[in-house]
Amino acid sequence: MISDQAKKEINTWVAKYPEGKQSSAVMQALTIVQKENGGSLTNELKQAVADYLEMPTISVQEVATFYENYNHKPVGKHVVRFCHNISCMLNGSDELISYLEEKLDVKTGEISKDGLVSVKRVECLGACVGGPMCQIGDQYYEKLTKKRIDEILDGLK
Amino acid sequence: MNNICLKSIDKDNPSSLATYETMGGYKVWHKILNGELSPEKILEELKISGLRGRGGAGFPTGLKWSFMPRNQEGQKYVVCNSDEGEPGTCHDRDILRFNPHSVIEGMAIAGYVMNATVGYNYIRGEFMEPYYRCEEALKEAYDAGLLGTNIKGSKVCFDLYSHLGAGAYICGEETALLESLEGKKGQPRFKPPFPANVGLYGKPTTINNTESFASVPEILSRGGQWFANLGVPNSGGTKCFSVTGNVKNPANFEIPMGTPFSDLLKLAGGLRKGRTLKGVIPGGSSTPVIPAAKAMKMTMDYDSIEKAGSMLGAGSVIVMDDTTCMVKALTRLAHFYYDESCGQCTPCREGTGWMYRVLKRIMDGQGKSEDLELLLSVQDKMLGNTICALADGAAMPIESFIRHFREEFEYYIKHGKSMVENDG
Repeated sequence: MISDQAKKEINTWVAKYPEGKQSSAVMQALTIVQKENGGSLTNELKQAVADYLEMPTISVQEVATFYENYNHKPVGKHVVRFCHNISCMLNGSDELISYLEEKLDVKTGEISKDGLVSVKRVECLGACVGGPMCQIGDQYYEKLTKKRIDEILDGLK
Repeated sequence: MNNICLKSIDKDNPSSLATYETMGGYKVWHKILNGELSPEKILEELKISGLRGRGGAGFPTGLKWSFMPRNQEGQKYVVCNSDEGEPGTCHDRDILRFNPHSVIEGMAIAGYVMNATVGYNYIRGEFMEPYYRCEEALKEAYDAGLLGTNIKGSKVCFDLYSHLGAGAYICGEETALLESLEGKKGQPRFKPPFPANVGLYGKPTTINNTESFASVPEILSRGGQWFANLGVPNSGGTKCFSVTGNVKNPANFEIPMGTPFSDLLKLAGGLRKGRTLKGVIPGGSSTPVIPAAKAMKMTMDYDSIEKAGSMLGAGSVIVMDDTTCMVKALTRLAHFYYDESCGQCTPCREGTGWMYRVLKRIMDGQGKSEDLELLLSVQDKMLGNTICALADGAAMPIESFIRHFREEFEYYIKHGKSMVENDG
């Protein structure tokens, strides 16, 4: 269920914590297997993480549902996480989110018909001086405008 | 400006060890390794410096460190809170990206003072660029023999690791952060016991914010008094402020405590053409809003902002001009707390939802005349009635927005639309 590569990555995290405290690596383990699974988690994956880290299934389930960055339904190949909190809002994030929804013909929370992109409204991502901003994968995109959004979307494959 | 935590920001390769060392970096650490600086002397300098916790609570850092039972046997930990997520705040991100070695050195010094041989830097899960920069910096520090066991033959040991979160504002609360670091839901712990006695894995632990740790090497290098003199009484030194919202050039500025707000506004380019100032949230979304006239008279330090009716918090200045609909702004903040409440305490779990739904109803044109009193009553019942301060942070904006901008709320309820043209 968990690939050898993922296990290797998880092990580097487990090594950071004291012996017997491998549950400290659960958040990263979930992040790693989610990424490998195309951006979302399944019950089987959560079970596999629980088995691998020798944790009760319910503990992994609790973590997976508590934190925002885990998805429990399939997502687009790229997830645009658009900040709508106050600093971004004051600089036009709502208008840009609407623009994005219109352009992709999706509502926030949905996947575009070609499966390429899904859009999520999220709370503060901690790049307020660069607002309006969004995150795609590991990357932050700041000082967004409609033109910049067009360019970013054109670059997604 | 930008003289301590952000001083590498305009340099080439700002995050590299070489750049840090040309700015005097690791000088203090070498002194420690050479046995020239005792823990007692460090604590004394920190107390003189007036450094207060930069994460928002403003607790004196030197005093916090002195609470650790340094002579108690067994493992102890140092933890850095880089879970920056207070809306309006983004200067720790720049410290992590551009000056990661200052955080590493600050944490190592803390480990030495408190006899803690292991540190964790808890970085929010979305901060991947800062995380990679910190990982590179850690590798450089290990390769240079600045971290590890028996460092440079000094018998001093300190190992430091980065930890990544996964998206939860509450993990910025120190005991929620510890729970999260242990691999659990980030729900704050009841205190006492405090982390200095029972912290990570049940061991004595001290948690400081990124900017606090990053300030320590420079303070010890140039002296506590030097740092204190940069600021004003009771607010020693400099502080990073994120200035966001309706200003021409939103940016981070590291400036002396006590700088007039009006000067900080000018640094951020001032308001946009033809606009007037309406209100300022001075310390991040959890701190009360201050109306324009009062804000223009305040200076950026703990006491002056408190006198103006708010808090310095994390130093996150959200500027709102006359185009801002205060009902919409407050609704957005209320949604944030509703979304981020960990659900542990009933007043917060239920209260944040109530407040958001009442505000949403007003925004939808369904507001009732008694809604403002209802909001005030809910926020009053949340204040001080929960394990952590998230509920207070959710409640205080409600009270202050309604107190200072009541007519906008009344207008919205009566007319079903915003009093501010082109908005709502």
